[in-house]
Amino acid sequence: MKIHEYQGKEIFRKYGVATPRGYPAFSVDEAVDAAQKLGGKVWVVKAQIHAGGRGKGGGVKIAKSLDEVKKLSSQILGMQLKTHQTGPGGQKVRRLLIEEGADIKKELYVGMVVDRGTQKVVLMASSEGGMDIEEVAAKTPEKIHKVFVDPVQGLADADADEIALAIGIPQSSVAQGRAIFKALYKCFDETDASLVEVNPLITTGDGRVVALDSKINFDDNALFRHPDIVALRDLDEEDPLEIEASKYELNYISLDGNIACMVNGAGLAMATMDTIKLFGGAPANFLDVGGGATAERVTAAFKIMLSNRKVKAILVNIFGGIMKCDTIATGVVAAAREVKLSIPLVVRMKGTNEDLGKKILKDSGLPIISADNMADAAKKVVGAINKKAAKPAKKKVVAKKKAKNAKKVKKAKKAKKKK
Amino acid sequence: MSILIDKNTRVMTQGITGKTGMFHTQTSRAYANGKACFVAGVNPKKAGEEFEGIPIFGTVKDAKARTGANVSVIYVPPPFAAAAIDEAVDADLDLVICITEGIPVRDMIRTKHRMKGKRTLLVGPNCPGVITPDEIKIGIMPGHIHKRGPIGVVSRSGTLTYEAVGQLTELGLGQSSCVGIGGDPVNGLKHIDVMKMFNEDPQTEAVIMVGEIGGSDEENAAQWVKKNMKKPVVGFIAGITAPPGKRMGHAGAIISGGKGTAQEKLAVMEACGIKVTRNPAEMGRTLKSVLR
Repeated sequence: MKIHEYQGKEIFRKYGVATPRGYPAFSVDEAVDAAQKLGGKVWVVKAQIHAGGRGKGGGVKIAKSLDEVKKLSSQILGMQLKTHQTGPGGQKVRRLLIEEGADIKKELYVGMVVDRGTQKVVLMASSEGGMDIEEVAAKTPEKIHKVFVDPVQGLADADADEIALAIGIPQSSVAQGRAIFKALYKCFDETDASLVEVNPLITTGDGRVVALDSKINFDDNALFRHPDIVALRDLDEEDPLEIEASKYELNYISLDGNIACMVNGAGLAMATMDTIKLFGGAPANFLDVGGGATAERVTAAFKIMLSNRKVKAILVNIFGGIMKCDTIATGVVAAAREVKLSIPLVVRMKGTNEDLGKKILKDSGLPIISADNMADAAKKVVGAINKKAAKPAKKKVVAKKKAKNAKKVKKAKKAKKKK
Repeated sequence: MSILIDKNTRVMTQGITGKTGMFHTQTSRAYANGKACFVAGVNPKKAGEEFEGIPIFGTVKDAKARTGANVSVIYVPPPFAAAAIDEAVDADLDLVICITEGIPVRDMIRTKHRMKGKRTLLVGPNCPGVITPDEIKIGIMPGHIHKRGPIGVVSRSGTLTYEAVGQLTELGLGQSSCVGIGGDPVNGLKHIDVMKMFNEDPQTEAVIMVGEIGGSDEENAAQWVKKNMKKPVVGFIAGITAPPGKRMGHAGAIISGGKGTAQEKLAVMEACGIKVTRNPAEMGRTLKSVLR
């Protein structure tokens, strides 16, 4: 789960991490109020969306008067902010953070993630703040300093000091650097974070170390013990289809293609997407129906897949283990009927009660295309789309319209006669 | 021979009284020597009771002392699963297989740290379990698709493993053991650890390694294979079409910071002499093509 920068900073403050003073604003009036409350002569107006790269996209501006705060806030609020992380459509800005200006002397970087190799939390820091850290890591890996944190002892003072010096925090501010690193680790650990990132962390003209930005992601598996964090969730920032899917315990992710797929198991779902691509198609989504799919869940899955308008065909791939093929087949037939499916549906079933499942599909009378294996299924679903595209569909429509018109004319004539 | 488990393994089920634990203890017990293998259950609140003739003990230690069970399988719900692993490790069992999906990463980091210097091996969490066909099945995989034979299978996924096994069996190629190491970022045995075991196992003649996006386990195993493996290895990686930064179902299946892509893994595996296929329907045939 992701949260906004201003929410992250509120959490930071609880852990004693220094941040600039600031207030969130949901309207232009609130933005001006916030600036007045902060006082001073310089304010920063920051768009609050979950994607990174907001500054480059024009979502972060400096204001030197209250009029400017008003002007910039009305420009940024409601804009479609496009960054390298939002995708081409951008993300609508609905919230702002109004902050006091900071006297930046040096921009640094600090971040934490779980390192899978050592199975520990790794703290990474760099003197190259304010830049794309992945680029720094690729081009100048020697500028990234790492500490692997002992999960029982926590971040040691000596390690924190070493990192502070390594990234150029002046000797006189090392104690502050140490305090911030230790606080950030405590924050990471206690909130069950999967990522904590401050880019940039700054040193100020008067020697303070301040978190000018905040990015925190949380481990979804641990949210059950953090109701306060769950309350920070902003549904506007998430894909509505993914939200709908989560209500039915379906694991759904939207993709760019036009072939929807429904699969049991995450690995098999990815492999199915890959096979579609391998045979010249493009997957419209990732969808894992999980182990206990009922007819209700399969129907929900069909509705979610079909609410993506790009979808031209559906591929169902099931390897029945605990989940029996006949159960899924019944679900698929019920779902296809309920949504009045009008696009090609290819089903591949394997495993427990396979024959029974296939019979249910066949006996349903629905035009379901059956496939023997994954490759066969992918070929058939790609073929079905191409066939449909090749058909002179327009003529049919015209013919139908003509027939309809003819009927109308007949009716009209009848009506006239009656008169 | 086989790896990790065989017909002489004695198993206790932690979480035997939950819906999942009950169901899978029944199906595991019905498979091959299951009746003799599944000897104990653990639930601190139901000590002294039994489940279909299997005695339930209050602690792992007790269950081990009273029945001689040396392996545990865990179906305990996620908030308590890491503590269940800790208990099994403290009781000095040979092997713990944790099926539970959804354990917080922070819990697993602590559990793995506690396991340092201990002899207990961990498979999972978030995995289908381990099966040695025609001998013993510990986990949630469908037993009937397996067949005893010379092929080792190691995978991070559940149904994708069944897919690989199904293809092998259809081609008449049986399996020595099939190990699902799980889809979590912090877990027990990795591909490389299981690969080493298959290398030493006389029954295993070739190995199929199924991986997915995220982390660098497959690369590490591939480097080891290049230097040490005496048997042919084939591989498949799921997630060529997965977008970066999105968690694809499994907690560990995510391309982060441009790292852990399927292309990257496939390239390393190929460079290390592992024959890879990009078509998951061809996993079985690819394996057959490398058999001597």
